Amino acid sequence: MTDVPVLETKGLGIQFGGLKAVNDFTISVGHGELVGLIGPNGAGKTTVFNLLTGVYQPTEGTYYLEGQKMNGKRTHQVVDAGIARTFQNIRLFKKMSVLENVKIAFQKSAKYKMGSAILRTPAFWKEEEEIDKKARELLKLFKLEEQVDDMAENLPYGKQRKLEIARALATDMKVLLLDEPAAGMNPTETAELLESIHLIREKFNVAILLIEHDMSLVMNICERIIVLNYGEILATGLPEEVAKNPQVITAYLGSA
Amino acid sequence: MPKEKKKAYLINLIGILLIFALLVILLDTPLLGRQVNYISGIATMAMITIVMVCSLNLITGFMGEFSLGHAGFMSIGAYTSAMVTIAIGEAGISLPNGLLFLIAIAVGGISAAFMGFLVGVPALRLKGDYLAIVTIAFAEIVRVAWTNIPAAGGGKTLSGIAKVSDFHLVFWVMVISVTVMYMFVRSRYGRIVKAIREDDIVAAASGIDVTYYKVLTFTISAFFAGIGGAMYSHYLTSLISTKFSFMYSAEFLTMVILGGTGSLTGSVVGAAILASLPEVLRSFQSYRMLMYSIVLVLVMIFKPGGLFGTYEFSLTKLLLRLKNGKPDVKKKEALKGGVVHD
Repeated sequence: MTDVPVLETKGLGIQFGGLKAVNDFTISVGHGELVGLIGPNGAGKTTVFNLLTGVYQPTEGTYYLEGQKMNGKRTHQVVDAGIARTFQNIRLFKKMSVLENVKIAFQKSAKYKMGSAILRTPAFWKEEEEIDKKARELLKLFKLEEQVDDMAENLPYGKQRKLEIARALATDMKVLLLDEPAAGMNPTETAELLESIHLIREKFNVAILLIEHDMSLVMNICERIIVLNYGEILATGLPEEVAKNPQVITAYLGSA
Repeated sequence: MPKEKKKAYLINLIGILLIFALLVILLDTPLLGRQVNYISGIATMAMITIVMVCSLNLITGFMGEFSLGHAGFMSIGAYTSAMVTIAIGEAGISLPNGLLFLIAIAVGGISAAFMGFLVGVPALRLKGDYLAIVTIAFAEIVRVAWTNIPAAGGGKTLSGIAKVSDFHLVFWVMVISVTVMYMFVRSRYGRIVKAIREDDIVAAASGIDVTYYKVLTFTISAFFAGIGGAMYSHYLTSLISTKFSFMYSAEFLTMVILGGTGSLTGSVVGAAILASLPEVLRSFQSYRMLMYSIVLVLVMIFKPGGLFGTYEFSLTKLLLRLKNGKPDVKKKEALKGGVVHD
């Protein structure tokens, strides 16, 4: 791989009416990097994710995935190109099995045509078998192999989050956007999540952009942190630098 | 193809052949006496209704979108196929009945699918109630259009349609239609459609082109509704546009909901029950819609997911259970995806 950053944004911004929700958002994320995105409530963190996944189209600026311009692409095209995400409030296909939840995301492996599906040609069986195998392997990695046939909504909270991450990974992405994965988790679940994130970095060649309010988690695992306030980047740097930055402290706690 | 699947398909095929043989024995022999024509008529109409209801279930049950215009698609299939076969007859070309029947269902299916596509592209941007309103409007427009097209009877009954669909042909078209829909549902397509029903935002975030698959499903559903319509017109030999009103669409929806949204088995059973019920209760016919409402209310209270929910009947599983006393979990897994049969 060259030194082209896997994800790069240049002056990315979006305006809703008179409100600039995100303004001049310029970052660069390298291959395999883990970057934290923090900021007070309403700072525009999730809006950034929505911009990067084609939910919103930026009104200013551009963003690139491995040097390829991504503006104007719709969500499924962005996913196809290699940016996957999870949601702040866990969103699963609730009334589908755990296995099906993951199988859905293997869009790139399932290419057989309608005729193939209806006539049950060898292509159908081969691809279905392959997806089944891959999905089970992925679930095993997240220790969900016992629950493959359970309905997704019946999983405990921590496992639902894991399933959501597994589903995102199944899209075979280059950049993973995690939106507050530790929200609402107890310490044990957070520890398990930490383990999962380490596992992802070990097994998959993927850059992670992480929104999180759990500061111990952020300081613990992020290599670099971007602080967002009122839609603009307030500070970037190593975790310990950011933690000492007086502007950041003011943004979070207010000035004395 | 896995060996167990081959066996499962074979078992299902035998099952279908047995049912066909049973129906032939009952309806093609004097076993039932003088009533046989009447009963065979009800059975044929019920089978056409099964195709209609299964196709509606693709939209309403599996994709989770309300469509209240299914009679509109049926009427497109019924009228276009009838006009084509009448034109063929008037041109003095005499074709064998079987071929004419095939032409009729092909024309009906394709024209309805085409309209389904045209309506689906703009309408499927809407959801829930709004989509329901658009589909009602569509069906009404189609109905009024038929009333005003001279070639379609121009408000009068369109009669003189060749009677080429009979009980046997309708049976096999129904079997093939339901099988195709079942294969569709039990493939990546079905999985995608269900995912869209569960959460379209997440579906898109999993790399699914939501609009494409919505329009595709809508088109397929309209295609089978068109086939149903073609079989209908070539069985009854006359058409009146007022038949394809909102109430007829609502009847189909009732059957889908009664049977179970998301179960083709349920649609087959729901259609079979509700299509023959009015005949069984002929003396109370004016209270039929009242009965529908009561049945619906009761089902909604006691079994909100419909009689079958999302459960699909499997002949192979049933046979296993009869053989072993208990379903064998491992084999059950292997047999998933067997052909549904009526």
